[in-house]
Amino acid sequence: MISVRGLRKHYKVHKRPPGLKAAFRSLFHRDYTTVKAVDGISFEIQPGERVGFLGPNGAGKTTTLKVLSGLLHPSEGEVRVDGHVPRHREVAYLKKIMLVMGQKQQLLWDLPPAETFELNRAVYDVPREQFKQTLDELVALLELEELIQKPSRQLSLGERMKCELAAALIHRPKVLFLDEPTIGLDVSMQVTMRSFIKAYTERHGATLILTSHYMDDVAALCPRIIVIDKGVLTYDGGLQALVQRVRPEKRVVFRLERPVEAASLASLGRVVSHEPGSAVLQVPPEAVSATISRALSSLPVTDLTVENAPLEEVMSELFAETKARRATADGEGAP
Amino acid sequence: MSLRNTVRAFPTLLRVGVAEALAYRAELLIWVLSTTMPFIMMALWTAVAREAPVGPYTQQGFVGYFLATFVVRQLTGAWAAWQINYEVRQGTLAMRLLRPISPLWAYAAENLGAVPMRTLVAVPVAVLSVLVVGEQAVPREWWGWPLLLVALLGSWLITFLANVCIGAMSLFMESSRHVMDVWLVLFFVLSGYMFPVKVLPAWMATLVDWLPFRYQISLPVEVMTGVRTLPETLMLLGRQWIWVLLLGTLAVTLWRRGLRRFAAYGG
Repeated sequence: MISVRGLRKHYKVHKRPPGLKAAFRSLFHRDYTTVKAVDGISFEIQPGERVGFLGPNGAGKTTTLKVLSGLLHPSEGEVRVDGHVPRHREVAYLKKIMLVMGQKQQLLWDLPPAETFELNRAVYDVPREQFKQTLDELVALLELEELIQKPSRQLSLGERMKCELAAALIHRPKVLFLDEPTIGLDVSMQVTMRSFIKAYTERHGATLILTSHYMDDVAALCPRIIVIDKGVLTYDGGLQALVQRVRPEKRVVFRLERPVEAASLASLGRVVSHEPGSAVLQVPPEAVSATISRALSSLPVTDLTVENAPLEEVMSELFAETKARRATADGEGAP
Repeated sequence: MSLRNTVRAFPTLLRVGVAEALAYRAELLIWVLSTTMPFIMMALWTAVAREAPVGPYTQQGFVGYFLATFVVRQLTGAWAAWQINYEVRQGTLAMRLLRPISPLWAYAAENLGAVPMRTLVAVPVAVLSVLVVGEQAVPREWWGWPLLLVALLGSWLITFLANVCIGAMSLFMESSRHVMDVWLVLFFVLSGYMFPVKVLPAWMATLVDWLPFRYQISLPVEVMTGVRTLPETLMLLGRQWIWVLLLGTLAVTLWRRGLRRFAAYGG
């Protein structure tokens, strides 16, 4: 469905130091620098796959999504989505895709969302019957009934995002590019959005690429993740496999009947957190059983769970690893 | 989008444009207040013509001319250059580009959507003009009415397409708002907005005839006030529509080339 080969997107950016002197100097002479937003990434995505696209700020995630959706022309490389070259922006292609950006809106600000839905029906040439059916489905699933007649400017952020998503799906796109769709939403709204997106992709067999800083979004929706950092692909594979590679240790979470000494915990494993009624230990996977049986015999345990390290920590460790590797490579390359 | 689909979608785009214009009614009223320059010019030029006519214009002639100028300006205004500049800088043009219809059609519909509201302002002024200057306020020959519609459409198209050309320049330079300022200065001076082109020296009037500005205001005003013969009107309309074609070609070329450079800034 999606094929990206050696994609590069470089920008020439005007650099100017602060100050009036530099401002005048820039009138006559400008220094430019090349920013490598995306620097030679390749991947393939199969129809119906849901892929999380992760990376720190400025990694090149959004740039890649913009290239895939035809908004940006690549500097180099070959990109194909369902047989189309996105930069050609063919009508048939634009009718198959949608890019939802959490920080940009397509809703008409002073008009109710119903007007945007109707506008999209017209521009996507959606037959009336299909439009009505899709809209009824979206209104029911996203609970929009009370919202679609209010001017968009009067909706809360969460309400607006639900309407944005509905507007994006009126034409039933086969490929969804979601860029931070849950940004700024409260926890319950995030859960609603996630379950809706999952239901939509399963029902329509749609392919999804998602970027999000909320790891729960990624964990709930994407069995596969692609990580890019400074425009370079650093991981492509299963989410569990990444956790196993970066942070294989398990977390054992204990609920305790009464407070215990820190020393009695430290003898069992690395103490991640310790509070009067609970404790979290980090232990190697092969030591989990032994640690649990020792803990059960020596601590007042009322309940316990075994978990992977939080995805945020895994990602942060991965980014730190990549940064250290890059620094080493730069050091070796220096004269 | 295919032309057939665009034609089918355009009425909805127009309807939404009208709904937006109604939502922005306060802003529209302020815009109308900012276009009262013809009334100021009317006061000035009627004072100048108190002693003797200026060119072919008597005091009453100036009244008819500037009231018609106000009406034409209301019906042929466009602001796409500012919209495009803003959306390019903010990156919000991206949301329009994702739709399978050229954003130029959407800008056209939004700009045309304000016409019904502006007509509400223009019609009373046109009626006032008839009451003040009589039959000289409207076409006196039957052919004047359809040709007035053609002239108004051509005028709107020149204004809109020039806006698109200048707006598209923001895709090459960081902002083209100052280019629009220059265009507006030339428009005010050379379009007949501040004074009729007929009061200009002959050499300058000839120059103005070959520039696009006089086809934005002066030509529709001349057709409305019936001061041109049929052959003169047809010749001027021909020149006007040559400008429509030239600006249309330039607008589409600049737009397409500029989009290749669009950086879609922001999240």
